[in-house]
Amino acid sequence: MISSGSNTLSRWPTDRLLLWLLRGIATIAGAIVLLIMVFLVMEAGPALRHVGVARFFTDPSWHPAEGFYNLTPMLWGTLFAMVGSVLIATPLGILSAVFCRYYAPPAVARIYRKLIELLAGIPSVVYGFWGLVVLVPLIGAIHPPGPSLLTGIVIVAIMILPTIALMADASLTNVPQQYMRGAVALGLSRGATIRRVVFPAAKSGLFTGVILETGRAIGETMAILMVCGNVVQTPHSLFDPIRTLTANIALEMAYALGDHRAALFVSGLVLMAMIAALVAAADWISHGRIYG
Amino acid sequence: MNQCCGFFVLKKYAALVALSMAILLCVPVSAGAQKTAGDQLTGKLVITGASTLAPLIAEIGKRFESLHPAVRIDVQSGGSSRGVADARQGLADIGMVSRAMKEDERDLSAFPVARDGVCPILHHENPVQALADEQVVAIYTGKITNWKTVGGADAPITVVNKAEGRSTLEVFLHYFKLKNVDVRAQVVIGENEQGVKTVAGNRNAIGYVSIGTAEYDAAHGVPIKLLPIGGVAASTESVAKGIFPLSRPLHLVTRASPSGLAKDFIEYAQSKAVHDLIRQQYFVPLAD
Repeated sequence: MISSGSNTLSRWPTDRLLLWLLRGIATIAGAIVLLIMVFLVMEAGPALRHVGVARFFTDPSWHPAEGFYNLTPMLWGTLFAMVGSVLIATPLGILSAVFCRYYAPPAVARIYRKLIELLAGIPSVVYGFWGLVVLVPLIGAIHPPGPSLLTGIVIVAIMILPTIALMADASLTNVPQQYMRGAVALGLSRGATIRRVVFPAAKSGLFTGVILETGRAIGETMAILMVCGNVVQTPHSLFDPIRTLTANIALEMAYALGDHRAALFVSGLVLMAMIAALVAAADWISHGRIYG
Repeated sequence: MNQCCGFFVLKKYAALVALSMAILLCVPVSAGAQKTAGDQLTGKLVITGASTLAPLIAEIGKRFESLHPAVRIDVQSGGSSRGVADARQGLADIGMVSRAMKEDERDLSAFPVARDGVCPILHHENPVQALADEQVVAIYTGKITNWKTVGGADAPITVVNKAEGRSTLEVFLHYFKLKNVDVRAQVVIGENEQGVKTVAGNRNAIGYVSIGTAEYDAAHGVPIKLLPIGGVAASTESVAKGIFPLSRPLHLVTRASPSGLAKDFIEYAQSKAVHDLIRQQYFVPLAD
């Protein structure tokens, strides 16, 4: 450890400078979130005043041009798409990391990791385009119309897979070597070591991965917009088209005016609330040690 | 897809135009001043009205500004009725109106700059060659849900509708006298290209997009076909002639007969020099 007593600080003015620089940067990073919140509330203000909070949940439908502003179907759409994709991507991602770290030959593991990194770098609009021209007709052949909750779940699952796979890989790498040696000394099989030693030791890292992928799943817009059909309705089956809150903003922003525009900012506010709830839940589950 | 660019364009136009003006005004003072000494055009034009027309007029405005660096053109959207009201009260120099002029708007001088045409599209393998207006209405309100009913294959119809606020939606609903609440759609799309891709990828889909886009894509091998409306073939040509029913004129209006800068701008907006911009926005330039 480097000692950072006041003596050292006063002798080296650059240290003091650095301290203030870091303080400044940290303030900016924190202030950005607050500014976004203030901005969202200000822009959503007119709609909240004219329409009222309750009507965003009780109106018969979402037809802003006719003065109906019900957001609940889109809230459900967002939630279902998020939960579905996280349920698919999490086991895939964690198991692929386990394979990569403990079972694959080093050469294969290296190539495999590079491929996953590549997957993380593909822009979302490319996934959306692929979904639109390949996946949608495919699912449409099984059960029309094609653009549906299922398509959205599959596309988003593929998109968030690298996030969880890479996070899981990193946290498995961080499991101390002596744990592994201890397990070998006890004569544990590889499977038992992974289940009983590695997973508990890597728990917090895996959990962070899940939080990050969930955040990404909620925020995904472009690909969802292209493959989900965007019909505002609460889905009754996997094959029903849905619209998410993010897609709603992206679809209607360009031509929205007045209360309609403000209502889109209310969508943004609801999204922000969802993310806040997610972080709070994660914090609660992990007893304040999400990133520990 | 060109989607990301479209989203924030409208609201930011005023700011963009102001920004580009600021750059134009600050930077080339020494370089441009002498060259344009003969250019008499100076001043500011405020143009307000239809959100359909705003992106096009803002583009034309930008080009006009680059030709006449001392001119500033401020475009704000707010609907055709605002265009009429602002032009009448003198709050704006020019109003934008995305429809035919009404009887009680005879006091304004109106200048058509382009036409906006919309046509239904199907997958090109769909055997249906034409639909009557009532059939389109029945399909869009969910009363007809199978192609068999209108002479096609035995397959469920996928109805593709536009997102709220889009001008194509307005034109479509207005012509078929529908309300968006009554439309039963399976897919809702934003940009025209997205509609074309959706229909091209689903042989049982019916959608509608701007004629400019549909014609371009159909000519470039995308498997869609344009449906005629009321017996008139859907083409930019029939829109330009004004005979295609599912279309509307886009007007610039002024309180009195325009003079000075406003006159020059309107003449420029009606000239051939902006036809490429009109096509870029999927509108149809007027026939000569």
